[in-house]
Amino acid sequence: MTFRKILTQHIAEDDCHTLSFYQRNGGYSQAQKSLKEDQPDDLIELVKAANLRGRGGAGFPTGVKWSFVPKSSDKPKYLVVNADESEPGTFKDRVIMEKNPHLLLEGILICCKAVNIQTAYIYIRGEFVFATQRLQQAIDEAYEAGILGNDCLGSGLSIDVTVHRGAGAYICGEETGMLTSLEGDRGQPKLKPPFPAIEGVFGCPTVVNNVETLANLPYILEIGAEAYCAIGPEKSPGPKLFCVSGHVENPGTFELPMGIPLRKLIDEHAGGVWKGRKLKAVIPGGSSAHVLTADECDVAMDIESLTAAGTMLGSAGIIVMDDSTCMVDALVNLMRFYHHESCGQCTPCREGTGWLEKIVHRIAHGDGRMEDLDLVLDVCDRMVGKTICALADAAAFPAQSFVTKFQDDFVAAIQNGGSPAWKKRHPSAVGGTASHG
Amino acid sequence: MANTISFCSETMKQYEWLLTRYPTRRAALLPTLRLAESDFGELGVPEMRYVADLMEIPPAFVFGVVTFYTHYRRAGTGKFHIQVCSTLSCALRGSEDVVSRITERLGIKPGETTPCGHFTLSKVECLGSCDTAPMLQCNDDYHEDLSLEDVDQLIEQLRAEAEGGQNG
Repeated sequence: MTFRKILTQHIAEDDCHTLSFYQRNGGYSQAQKSLKEDQPDDLIELVKAANLRGRGGAGFPTGVKWSFVPKSSDKPKYLVVNADESEPGTFKDRVIMEKNPHLLLEGILICCKAVNIQTAYIYIRGEFVFATQRLQQAIDEAYEAGILGNDCLGSGLSIDVTVHRGAGAYICGEETGMLTSLEGDRGQPKLKPPFPAIEGVFGCPTVVNNVETLANLPYILEIGAEAYCAIGPEKSPGPKLFCVSGHVENPGTFELPMGIPLRKLIDEHAGGVWKGRKLKAVIPGGSSAHVLTADECDVAMDIESLTAAGTMLGSAGIIVMDDSTCMVDALVNLMRFYHHESCGQCTPCREGTGWLEKIVHRIAHGDGRMEDLDLVLDVCDRMVGKTICALADAAAFPAQSFVTKFQDDFVAAIQNGGSPAWKKRHPSAVGGTASHG
Repeated sequence: MANTISFCSETMKQYEWLLTRYPTRRAALLPTLRLAESDFGELGVPEMRYVADLMEIPPAFVFGVVTFYTHYRRAGTGKFHIQVCSTLSCALRGSEDVVSRITERLGIKPGETTPCGHFTLSKVECLGSCDTAPMLQCNDDYHEDLSLEDVDQLIEQLRAEAEGGQNG
């Protein structure tokens, strides 16, 4: 079967974001049928059979997640769409929200039908002002047309959707942090269990799904589970948005079947490493994934293959680094990010991310010591798996993999009085900077 | 001290609409702070206190929420808040040069505001636009795929707008 784009097929067209365009191209026909005819349990079984895996980063099977929501609960149930898209290197949900917002809304309707939900919130990162406007326009159009609100699409069901804009915090992409933020609080994550499916936002059962995950639903209904499973590898099938950034000629979002070879993605779709340079390293799944060396890049971009390669598909944010990159400087950048974004409630993360930034910073700035390499790994060991949420792990993974796989860069910076870029800016420096000793 | 500021009637309507979208009043806090930001121009202590009184939420809680997040427009921010994305994908494609160029043109370092109050420069973390690196956000708008010439042009344009606004 030839691969057909379903998320980004029409994004080059001017009015692709409008309701009339969406409906002209068959939009809302799946939801219309499903809301009237399908049984919730059948929908859950269909999505399980299609093996739809969450596109936010964890890759959890969507149908299974839905099935955890108690059917007998007398509390209201909520759907919270994770549109926080804040993992460095990731910019895929933005494309859907800006160019194809009705596809997301149709996916929301199908999910609400499957789990008997009447209220959905789209939690979008605060910086995405344009995407927020586009979503709001789409929602307004949908209410006007009787697609949302009371008696959605003539089904007798009532489904409300509200866009909720965040205010700048990476941690709000973590599901419990996001729910806490949606309740009007600082976005600090909570211990699980209870899982959101049992006790989520406002103390009620809550489904949390990523934008791209929901946007796959109309297509699954259209072609059925079997055909969907035939796209890409069986265990994590489907069309997928891959974001390629960094040192490539043609950065962008590419919709391709899950399992595309990483090299093909970089060389054919993203135009190859820029300026005719050689590949040095690739982060394949957002900045929290273990980095791959150029030699490790013969890998398929799907959940199982990348896990087997010791890293992860994560959010499919692929950051490419050419052979001019100093991995010490690159790691300083990432450690600053995680230190800045730690919410501060768990000591191993709050202190650990700070220590990692300081240690890597001093290596880059000419004050490093050989024992710092072991110290970085030791600090990482004290962070991974020891906190409420995965931010500490997310900071430790790049630290561990950069230091072990690109040890030569770190040793050179320690021995030569700093990273090449730092030395260029401070040619007269003999030792290092006193402030970071 | 009694509050001397309050939402205009249009904003108050929007606030009341917000309350209908959530099962708890407190859930409307983040969007209400956005309304305050746009109605009052910034979130300083009087603005936060107003929102706290309006929503019957302790002022300390509101302050805690505002300061937890990075994207609210805090008191003392320049008319144009230039936020340069500095995380890895942008750094790999020259975000540091963009920052240096702005510093050179405006005479302010990241974290500073020009004496005239027109510009604040910040380095910020990933803005989710890595394919158009280097990029920056100025108030609500993204400026992407920046060359240094684009930066110069943007600053001239903003400067003209700021000065025009002042005279007119």
